[in-house]
Amino acid sequence: MTPEEIRSAFLAELVRVAPDLDADTIGGGDHLQDDLGLDSMDVLNLVTALHKRLGVAIPEADYPRIATPDAAVAYLSEAMR
Amino acid sequence: MAWETIHKTEAERRAARLPDPETARARFTWEDAREMLDGLPGGGLNIAHEAVDRHVVAGHGADTAIRWLGREGGSRDLTYAELAADAARFANVLAGLGLEPGDRVFALMGRVPALYAAALGTLKAGMTFTPLFAAFGPEPIRSRMEIGAASVLVTTGALYRRKVAAWRHDLPSLKAVLIADDDAPEGCIALGPAMAAAPDRFETVATGPEDMALIHFTSGTTGKPKGAVHVHGAVAAHAATGAFALELGPGVTYWCTADPGWVTGTSYGIIAPLVHRARMIVDEAEFELERWYATLARERVEVWYTAPTAIRMMMRAGADAARGHDFSALRFLASVGEPLNPEAVVWGREVFGRPFHDNWWQTETGGIMIANTAAMDVKPGSMGKPLPGVEAGIVARADGGLRELGHGAIGELALRPGWPSMMRAYLGEPARYAKCFANGWYLTGDLAMRDGDGYYWFVGRADDLIKSSGHLIGPFEVESALIEHDAVAEAAVIGLPDETAGEVVKAYVTLNPGFEPSEELERDIRGHARKRLGPAVAPREIAFRKTLPKTRSGKIMRRLLKARELGLPEGDLSTLETDET
Repeated sequence: MTPEEIRSAFLAELVRVAPDLDADTIGGGDHLQDDLGLDSMDVLNLVTALHKRLGVAIPEADYPRIATPDAAVAYLSEAMR
Repeated sequence: MAWETIHKTEAERRAARLPDPETARARFTWEDAREMLDGLPGGGLNIAHEAVDRHVVAGHGADTAIRWLGREGGSRDLTYAELAADAARFANVLAGLGLEPGDRVFALMGRVPALYAAALGTLKAGMTFTPLFAAFGPEPIRSRMEIGAASVLVTTGALYRRKVAAWRHDLPSLKAVLIADDDAPEGCIALGPAMAAAPDRFETVATGPEDMALIHFTSGTTGKPKGAVHVHGAVAAHAATGAFALELGPGVTYWCTADPGWVTGTSYGIIAPLVHRARMIVDEAEFELERWYATLARERVEVWYTAPTAIRMMMRAGADAARGHDFSALRFLASVGEPLNPEAVVWGREVFGRPFHDNWWQTETGGIMIANTAAMDVKPGSMGKPLPGVEAGIVARADGGLRELGHGAIGELALRPGWPSMMRAYLGEPARYAKCFANGWYLTGDLAMRDGDGYYWFVGRADDLIKSSGHLIGPFEVESALIEHDAVAEAAVIGLPDETAGEVVKAYVTLNPGFEPSEELERDIRGHARKRLGPAVAPREIAFRKTLPKTRSGKIMRRLLKARELGLPEGDLSTLETDET
């Protein structure tokens, strides 16, 4: 997958978990919890959804590495290589 | 499987703040707790004086009260003298706005130092403090501020713009909005410059033990949220239970992870530790596995009061993730919010070298009532025994009266009223308050069982309230927000078991004519609910139905939906009029 494809997959799963968000207005540097208002259960649900969609299992200790869309795309690209 | 009792050693018992719980239970009176307090020099009792000013007077002003950890790293230490001065400045700001004792100050903000100054300054000024959870959406914030007739809101610019600005002028009681920053949106007051200009001394208002100090909101099964009123005299219970159930004392490094937006974060995240002159760790950030392990180790936390959801998230990561950290300073681990599963109690011992000590209380009780204390053997999965001064029982409602049940029987957990931190009212709702009491008991709404050794075990809620990540969620509040969506005709909300959060909120909805179920509509309704209610309260899942199961009187049978979802017996269906389709 290209980074663009990973980004759109990430954003799709993010707005599925938190449909109060609009994928078009989410900035690459927006923090999932501080800026976008996700809580820790949302993050768990997002991780589960990403695992299902991309086959990447994200351990708890790595959650800070998916804290923004930009960080997540970099992390997931690395993990899927 | 049955879990082995965790026995305490003789040394552990001797070191405990309550070395002999059984004797204390027999002898202790709340008068003994009041001995732990000073009272105001000129007479009267005020929580702020007990929490900060008296320590400064006694020469401990240079002790650290709060060690604040910023979200982006970095830390700031606040001494008792600095906290006292900030509280005085805040009280002066309130007085300067023409506010008077009895006015109600609401706080909606994260864990930043200004929050603690606001809480203590409000109490010092004889006004009533109400914390709100910053992750609430606009709807829960507004309804609570309406019920509480808020005079002042203290918040941040971002939260104000996102959640309050749109309806601020619909609230006639609201006289001022204070923004914890150096500048403020239009119509608001910037707290930074106002505090800087205010004198750092303020004569504490001579409140009495029965004067209102705090309003904490809690959810009801039906109707609006309830504002549980607590008084300054409650501080006697915070002092006693802080020692008995949390091992607090002067200089103890203590981390309560609860947000002050909830009662735990106020009673045990502000009041009790400060009354004991402990050294509080306050972390602005939310749960993050590595950050928490590092904080426990680096800050040499001695007493840690946290919640089952966080513990279970740590467990998911495995014990290996904790390796390499030095937890040798930890002496006592406690948990509250929902029952702690036995696996988690035992896991504490593996990873931290100490078991978690579960305890039980609720917004209405104002303080810990039932606990596993340091000197007690721990039966994993049990909430422990009533603290000294607390009389508990298991009762069954029968023929308009109450019957006390013996050990082994499941019934409603009840307490004999009279402890100092008992709520004094539900704000403006005497009938709802009166319904909590019968035959000289306060009825908790929790189902429990007492075993032959006097340990209490949580069984479930007696009503339809949902416990998710330690938050009590009223289905009615969620349903009300759902039916505001154009597509939704009716809604029923239940809690489903979840291994991390305890329960998660699920909603069943029927649609108005012209709307068809679709994944897109499901998301749209969920998005609407999240905007209104915030993520902690909004449903995580929505199911479409053609009709919902209802009684003859038109009441939706949430219990039946839940039984079916879980594959449990459906129980008595004699009142069912229309079934689910």
